[in-house]
Amino acid sequence: MNAAADAIGAAEALSRREFLRRLQAMGGLLLVADGLRIVKAADAPKYGAEAMEHGTVDDPLVFVMVGDDGWITIIAHRSEMGQGVRTGMPLIVADEMEADWSRVRVQQAAADEIKYGNQDTDGSRSTRHFIDPMRRCGAAARMMLEQAAALSWNVPVAEVHALNHEVLHDRTRRKLDYGALAKRAAKLKVPPSSALRLKKAEQFRYVGKGNVALIDGHDIVTGQARYGIDPWFKDMSFAVIARSPVLGGTVKQFDGKIAAAAPGVLKVMQMPAPVAKATFHPLAGVAVIADSTGAAIAARKLLKIDWDDGANGNYDSDAYRASMQESAHKPGKVVRESGNIDTALKAAAKTIEAEYYIPHIAHATMEPPCAVARIVAGKCEVWAPTQAPQATREDVANYLGISADNVTVHVTLLGGGFGRKSKPDFATEAALLSQALDGRPVKVTWTREDDLHHDYLHTVSVEYLKAGMDANGKVSAWLHRSVAPSLATLFNPKADHESGGELGMGFINMPYDIPNLRMENPEASAHCRIGWFRSVSNIPHAFAVQSFVAELAASDNRDHRDYLLELIGPARKIDPNSLQDKWNHGESPQRYPVDTGRLRGVVEKVTQEAGWGKKFARGRGQGLAAHYSFVSYAAAVVEVDIDELGRISVPRVDVAFDCGPQVNPERIRSQLEGAVIMGLSLAMFGEITFKNGRAQQDNFHQYRVMRMNEAPGDIRVHLMPFANWTMPLGGVGEPGIPPIAPALCNAVFAATGKRIRRLPIKDQASRST
Amino acid sequence: MDLKINDHTVTVAADPDLPLLWVLRDLLGMTGTKFGCGMALCGACTVLIDGQALRSCVMPVSQAVGKSITTIEGIGASPVGAALQGAWQEINVPQCGYCQAGQIMSAAALLQAKPQPSDADIDAAMSGNICRCGTYTRIRSAIKQAADHVGVTK
Repeated sequence: MNAAADAIGAAEALSRREFLRRLQAMGGLLLVADGLRIVKAADAPKYGAEAMEHGTVDDPLVFVMVGDDGWITIIAHRSEMGQGVRTGMPLIVADEMEADWSRVRVQQAAADEIKYGNQDTDGSRSTRHFIDPMRRCGAAARMMLEQAAALSWNVPVAEVHALNHEVLHDRTRRKLDYGALAKRAAKLKVPPSSALRLKKAEQFRYVGKGNVALIDGHDIVTGQARYGIDPWFKDMSFAVIARSPVLGGTVKQFDGKIAAAAPGVLKVMQMPAPVAKATFHPLAGVAVIADSTGAAIAARKLLKIDWDDGANGNYDSDAYRASMQESAHKPGKVVRESGNIDTALKAAAKTIEAEYYIPHIAHATMEPPCAVARIVAGKCEVWAPTQAPQATREDVANYLGISADNVTVHVTLLGGGFGRKSKPDFATEAALLSQALDGRPVKVTWTREDDLHHDYLHTVSVEYLKAGMDANGKVSAWLHRSVAPSLATLFNPKADHESGGELGMGFINMPYDIPNLRMENPEASAHCRIGWFRSVSNIPHAFAVQSFVAELAASDNRDHRDYLLELIGPARKIDPNSLQDKWNHGESPQRYPVDTGRLRGVVEKVTQEAGWGKKFARGRGQGLAAHYSFVSYAAAVVEVDIDELGRISVPRVDVAFDCGPQVNPERIRSQLEGAVIMGLSLAMFGEITFKNGRAQQDNFHQYRVMRMNEAPGDIRVHLMPFANWTMPLGGVGEPGIPPIAPALCNAVFAATGKRIRRLPIKDQASRST
Repeated sequence: MDLKINDHTVTVAADPDLPLLWVLRDLLGMTGTKFGCGMALCGACTVLIDGQALRSCVMPVSQAVGKSITTIEGIGASPVGAALQGAWQEINVPQCGYCQAGQIMSAAALLQAKPQPSDADIDAAMSGNICRCGTYTRIRSAIKQAADHVGVTK
């Protein structure tokens, strides 16, 4: 299984089809985990967008419609969950085609990757994968409009040029609005890629400017925006489901008579059994369908269900933590090695070790999982807040036993995604319930309790580190063991090591200048659903490494910033292959080396901006952390103020961020502001625990997330300048998260001398504990 | 029963114990008001009842009879609501936007009561509204901007 688990690149892979593709990309003949399918060797590896299922499409006839009235409709084919992609992607097309943004509408694409290219909105890669195709798309549309104008005036096309929604013929001072050219342009051939003239960067009107408002801003603030929870039909029914409280559990028997007789209830039914062919499976359970969600919730309390808990009925997160700690102190599978760690540790003048724990974290999207489905004449329509439109379409088809051609997935706005909505089990539930009601529209809503009890949680992790220093205090040896159930268990429940993608998230690809290193990954098994959570395995890896570096600096009475820069070493571009990272976020190792100069750059910038080194009274302090993920570089300085009772407040956070070229700096800033809040939130409060296989947190009173009164008053985002638009883009949605928790804990240490090695912090900063 | 919603009277047949949220969303199709927790913990479902910000997910619909209900679909009719909606857009407050209806409703009640709120006033009024995307600093700025705008235009 290990080869398959490594091949999965699981942290990035969305589905079984992606899994199969990555096996292909590895070459050779490999047996797939389920043992059913043999995959043959493929060609030389592809990278980036072209390596994704269905790659990219740059055809303006697919993405752009120009109306006679001059209104331009641009298709957004990636899912909007707050990262701004419905503004950012069409903005690239509009700019390149010289459209006036005030006359642009955005329309969301249904699931159809053959038509639009890959739609899996995850991995912080929408913009970096689609900027070039979208530019080509816009340029082709502009050139077709120019061609149409030249034909109208019977002049050479070289004499005309497009400018702000018009085509001009300077010599004769004629001009035509795009609307007047629409019909003629649509009949022209799309110019080939080789013939396209892209705009020069200095001609950009919107790209890189941050000067446009959110495309959905007005709808959101007036209550007109439509999320997955919002479709409404007159004949619609509303469902909630009682799901097995334990992963793998089943319904032994149930009594739904009392629930069925409750006010408003239309039907009580057991959820159908899983089908082998699908990827993301609804959990076993009993559904209550009623004339309102409120009635269904009330009636669900009246169900009597006898569960068979299955193999995970004993899962206890405290006991599991102890077993992971045990594993972390024993040798495990070596996943990166250079030099000779054993000799170096023996020869060290001083050794330091530490162990860190990061619990399960729930996404808790404000819009819980939900979907609407109806089936008319054998064709199913689904409205879903999904990050994985194609997987949604395929899973619904597989569960209904119909062709994917007969399934239309309307992608709504997502009320938060964070990785949860990459797993569209909720859409399949809606389709199955509609099928049970002869195709009538049904809305499934997960209550908050459902969401916290049955999430695809962020993994739980024990990270053990040991370092040796030579007589000069220089780190000569570095041992890191990471123990965490893998999200490869989504596809193979028996997977027991981190996949290549998880290892490549700040663990094996740590670029520090240390001569003797060994990274090990001992076994760990999963007992709840593990999934992608915004920035994924970077969270535990960055927390451990960035806390440990601060511990090393403190042990030597060194300034943390200077110490970190020394460990990073001189500016150099490192081939990820030399770090034994074959994954590299799916990107080319040549185009995307690990650039320690850029990592140094964000450390230097953030410390300078935050006034690093200034003196604080006891109870106040600053903490620093830096992390490379999703081919972007982030560093944070968190300032804390801790009162006599150990209550932490965070007056200010500075973030420096280098993602290369910035398409919409305004949204990049907002993503980083949000990442600060989410990072602080998970560090201070975030934890899902298990007893008897059951998640113990029911709602926001037990699973706390940061609120207004706890949030920093001052968040300063410092975007690093970039040389030019030929630089490859980095990710934005996720890489702001990893440095926040360690920077916070390093600040707590600076303020109190108390070292936090177990998240969440809760009351650990109190002086009595 | 008759409900007065955004200055219109609506007749609806509903179980008197059904939370107002589900009457709005499921029976009337007014989906601007959002579900987030069902326990008055997150504020996504906030509406104004006679001007007071309340959580519709725990309020039996029978308690709203005879009172004036304002939702996100209607708040723009008031100067404070319009100013908040304007400031929210100028500052590009939303990320996913799902919680923002509730945020704006809580902010509207705040500005009605305190036209020039302090940071402490904002914390007190807004800490019942969770934003998982983390837009708090922009919400704070937008409330202040809206307060200034309303102050100037009065």
